[in-house]
Amino acid sequence: MDSIYGDFFRRLARNKLAMVGLSVVVILCLVAIFADRLAPYSPTMIDTSKILVEPSWEHPMGTDILGRDVLSRIIHGAGVSLSVGFVAVGISTLIGVVLGAVAGYYSGMVDRVIMRFVDIMLCFPTFFLILAVIAFLQPSIWNIMIVIGVTSWMNVTRLVRAEFLSLRERDFVLAAISQGASDLRVIFAHILPNAMAPVLVAATLGVAAAVLVESSLSFLGLGVQPPNPSWGNMLTEGKDNIEIAWWLSLFPGLAIFITVMGYNLLGEGIRDILDPRLRQ
Amino acid sequence: MKAKVFLLAAILIFGISGCNKGEEGPAQARTDGTPVAQEDLKPAYGDMIIRGSIGDASVLLPILASDSGSFDITALIYNGLVRYDRDLRLIGELADRWEISDDKLTIRFFLRKDVKWQDGHPFTAKDVEYTYKAYVDPKTPTAYATDFLKVKEFRVLDPYTVEVTYNEVYAPALGSWGQGMLPSHLLEGKEITDSPLKREPVGTGPYRFREWKTQERIVLDSYHDYFEHRPYIDRVMTRIIPDPATMFLELKAGRIDQMGLSPLQYQRQTDSSWFRDNFRKYKYLAFGYAYLGYNLKDWKFQDKKVRQALTTAINRESIVEGVLLGLGQVAYTPYKPDTFWYNDNVKKFPYDPAKAKEMLAEAGWKDTDGDGILDKDGKPFEFTILTNQGNQLRERSATIVQRDLRKVGIRVKIRTVEWAAFLKNFINKRNFEACLLGWSIGIDPSQIDIWNSKKIGPSELNFVTYQNPEVDKLLDQGAAVYDPEKRKVFYDKFQEIIAEDQPYTFLYVSYALPIISARFHGIDPAPIGIGYNFIDWFVPKQLQKYHIEP
Amino acid sequence: MGPYILKRIFLMIPVLLGITILSFGVMKLAPGDPTSILTDLNPNMNKEAVERIRAHYGLDQPSYVQYFKWLKNMLVLDFGRSFASDNRPVIDKIVERIPITLLINVLSMILILMVAIPLGVMSAVKQNSLFDKGTTVFVFIGFAIPTFWLALLLMILFGVKLDWLPISGFRSLDYPSLSFFEKIFDVSKHLILPIFVSAFGGLAGMSRYMRSNMLEVIRQDYITTARAKGLDERTVIFKHALRNALLPVITLLGLSVPGLIGGSVIFETIFAIPGMGQLFYQAVMMRDYPTVMGILVIGAVLTLLGNLLADVMYSWADPRIRVSG
Repeated sequence: MDSIYGDFFRRLARNKLAMVGLSVVVILCLVAIFADRLAPYSPTMIDTSKILVEPSWEHPMGTDILGRDVLSRIIHGAGVSLSVGFVAVGISTLIGVVLGAVAGYYSGMVDRVIMRFVDIMLCFPTFFLILAVIAFLQPSIWNIMIVIGVTSWMNVTRLVRAEFLSLRERDFVLAAISQGASDLRVIFAHILPNAMAPVLVAATLGVAAAVLVESSLSFLGLGVQPPNPSWGNMLTEGKDNIEIAWWLSLFPGLAIFITVMGYNLLGEGIRDILDPRLRQ
Repeated sequence: MKAKVFLLAAILIFGISGCNKGEEGPAQARTDGTPVAQEDLKPAYGDMIIRGSIGDASVLLPILASDSGSFDITALIYNGLVRYDRDLRLIGELADRWEISDDKLTIRFFLRKDVKWQDGHPFTAKDVEYTYKAYVDPKTPTAYATDFLKVKEFRVLDPYTVEVTYNEVYAPALGSWGQGMLPSHLLEGKEITDSPLKREPVGTGPYRFREWKTQERIVLDSYHDYFEHRPYIDRVMTRIIPDPATMFLELKAGRIDQMGLSPLQYQRQTDSSWFRDNFRKYKYLAFGYAYLGYNLKDWKFQDKKVRQALTTAINRESIVEGVLLGLGQVAYTPYKPDTFWYNDNVKKFPYDPAKAKEMLAEAGWKDTDGDGILDKDGKPFEFTILTNQGNQLRERSATIVQRDLRKVGIRVKIRTVEWAAFLKNFINKRNFEACLLGWSIGIDPSQIDIWNSKKIGPSELNFVTYQNPEVDKLLDQGAAVYDPEKRKVFYDKFQEIIAEDQPYTFLYVSYALPIISARFHGIDPAPIGIGYNFIDWFVPKQLQKYHIEP
Repeated sequence: MGPYILKRIFLMIPVLLGITILSFGVMKLAPGDPTSILTDLNPNMNKEAVERIRAHYGLDQPSYVQYFKWLKNMLVLDFGRSFASDNRPVIDKIVERIPITLLINVLSMILILMVAIPLGVMSAVKQNSLFDKGTTVFVFIGFAIPTFWLALLLMILFGVKLDWLPISGFRSLDYPSLSFFEKIFDVSKHLILPIFVSAFGGLAGMSRYMRSNMLEVIRQDYITTARAKGLDERTVIFKHALRNALLPVITLLGLSVPGLIGGSVIFETIFAIPGMGQLFYQAVMMRDYPTVMGILVIGAVLTLLGNLLADVMYSWADPRIRVSG
């Protein structure tokens, strides 16, 4: 196993774009974890004498509508976006892997039912579905994570299913079955580890997508609620003051852009490396 | 739009007070910049005014509406028997004059004989009778029946005279007849909730309905036979632009002529010489106030001293400065500061965090476990402020309250809820600790619906459950007498008690900040606002921008 | 071809049923009783109207009965009445919004195709050239930009600073008085930014997909054969490679319909375009459940139709499928 991972990282290191992505991701995680120490001011410190001040030495990214430092809020917003990304992707991956494995392994009726379900889910404009569900529940960070997770598992399901369909006929699987291994064991201990490659790619790209969805929701007022900082709801403020506070529109959007870009590059990089091992 | 609407309040969007009378600029300029001589500024018919509105109207029958989007439009289409003039005095509108009996229980209205509905039909007492019956009919889903339900008897004496008798002396009665009169010949005998007039209204007022493209615009044309006089501006278009920033850009582009500015827009975005040349902006105290209401059934808020301490802990000047950018005043009572009814001699509880801590300590709230949060009987002082989504001024005010209370050791969470769910799940079920909301104030001082001990049912307005028999008595007495001086005695005492009891922390009264294209003349700021003489606004011939086909 | 289409439509039915069941399930998430919203917004709401609505939705009966009642109503396109204070039939409100959303989405897709296909083809043909690398960068940027941020930046640039384009609505004020051609020009001016924003993300994905398809096709044997036969490069690319690479792209187009419709919420709200997306957003904000459900179902059905269309076009273009029916 060691050599596979080592090999993986060596190949990753050679892919320049992927390394850029990796660095961005690592920096972001560090920023999110050490937010309190990095932020020059408290993200909720109101200063009514400094409302909507342009970027300056004291406030490199300016201040917002209640005089709070934008840079500090962006730093704290990283934690929000990333946690939504990770939890949502965790949920969707879990669902996707389970459903895909079951569909790919058992085939037949089970497979058809699951794929029908996938087709149905794919028919809904996802964003509409998310908005509708959030409307009926409350906008809270947990609800958002769960809803995004529950509406983005379809891709993973298809990938895992495809892997299972081809791997199922392989020798090592047939060997395990003939030795009396239970279905569960075959699925999780034997096939799954070999099917994870596309899942890893999907998960990485999924974090990027989840960050985009969360910021869209927050932008529309259905995500993280003010005064808690989220890059999305900071952009709402940017839109409301579009003429006099360009920095409110620029920086949070830039943060989202860099984050999504980083994860995309990393995901694509991983995909390029694992390419030969991916089925068509 | 988010505040509950009192009877006439919504019509009075443009209330004005003292402060800044309209800024009449230097010599008027033509659209090409050359100055126009004074003689050319005669009232002239023509042109169109385009107003921006955040929300669409929902229904154009005033009896069925409760949102300001609808009232902004119906105010131009309908007339009441009476209305308030520029100095907040009641004058006749569809009623030529009236007589009040000596026992003050009966009002006889003498209607004008020269009024026609916009479809040509004459306006008569039958219309008044129909309107009254519609309001008191239990099948009509209206929010404004209260005043009419106090009528004991309604009589039509002749086609132009009606007489109303009340059960008891009721001072707000006269003003209540300012509600728009409805056309009986188009509504009698039919279900009002199915009427086509909901979307294609017919009234007696200065403007008639022309077109309503949902969520886009509502267009009204002037009614040439309006009984006062034909309005000078030929057309009123209300464009619905849900977003204030976009609306402002449309204003600058000349695609709307009038809108209400936010404090930021007023202070920072409209100061250039270009703006001064092309627009007039106004500022005056609005008819309404914002408050932090405490659920008096919650054990934390039952001690009066605690509520007084909370008010002392909140830096309300900071809210006015930071949220309203100075375009407003701190509120101390539920009345508009520059009106006759306002009583300034009440306890104010000025900002003093040290004193607030003392008061809280006296009420048993101390930080016994050193975690920075006050506690009592082992429970920390924490609560959630609920406010409705979409109202940024309130959200920001809540954030400042949160900061201030934290400084004295109280932990506050803020929760914004969408309006419909807000009413249904929280307010009506009394499922809240504190709420940050606003009320629109009417011109009549009677505020029974909000403060009376009995008005605590699920959909009623006393949702903080404030029950004080002395206040009940004072409010009833205030409504039972006609003489303003005598009424004021009761309402003054009422304000003193409310200020002492602090069921709300009164936060602020904001300014209304309308801005209007400079080509419109005739605007005359008054205590009631600037919209009261809309039919006298005009654009001089040379400055007219839009040519309206008759 | 005929039987093929019929077969596809037949297969759609279980999916349609699934859509309705899922939508119904979502509706059931709503806490409390749909009618209490009506009474709470208007305390004097008369009791008879409330009873009528209760009967209409069958609220006192078990869920599956409610479902069938709802389904039956839906088949005749009766989605109930909006909870917004105008109380109009939901279907009316939706129908008056569909054309503009559809228009923008169709134009968007055309834009995507017109730009993405050439981009993808050129990138594949000139693999690893500067052009290819540049396009890749562009594609990555396209994937990562949040649409609403892009919309804001464009609004600031074209609407505020340069004042070239209008930034809200889809018609000017004097629209009724314009000549026919001026009307078209007017609407186009208003729609340029929304269409661009709507297409941007899809553009990136599509050109990438086109590129990888093209690359694969080029590697195929029959291309090598064609070259060996001495055909010039142009014919090889355009006549042989392109047609085969195009096919999966058509399917992808069908699959991107839900994404486009969903994305319409954002840009319609930002640009104040009175389309289905804006209606949906407002309905959500107002907890106007009947309208939300109606648009959800119709959105899903439109997606299904989009997929069907893609399948039909695919089968028309791919002779193998045609022959086997």
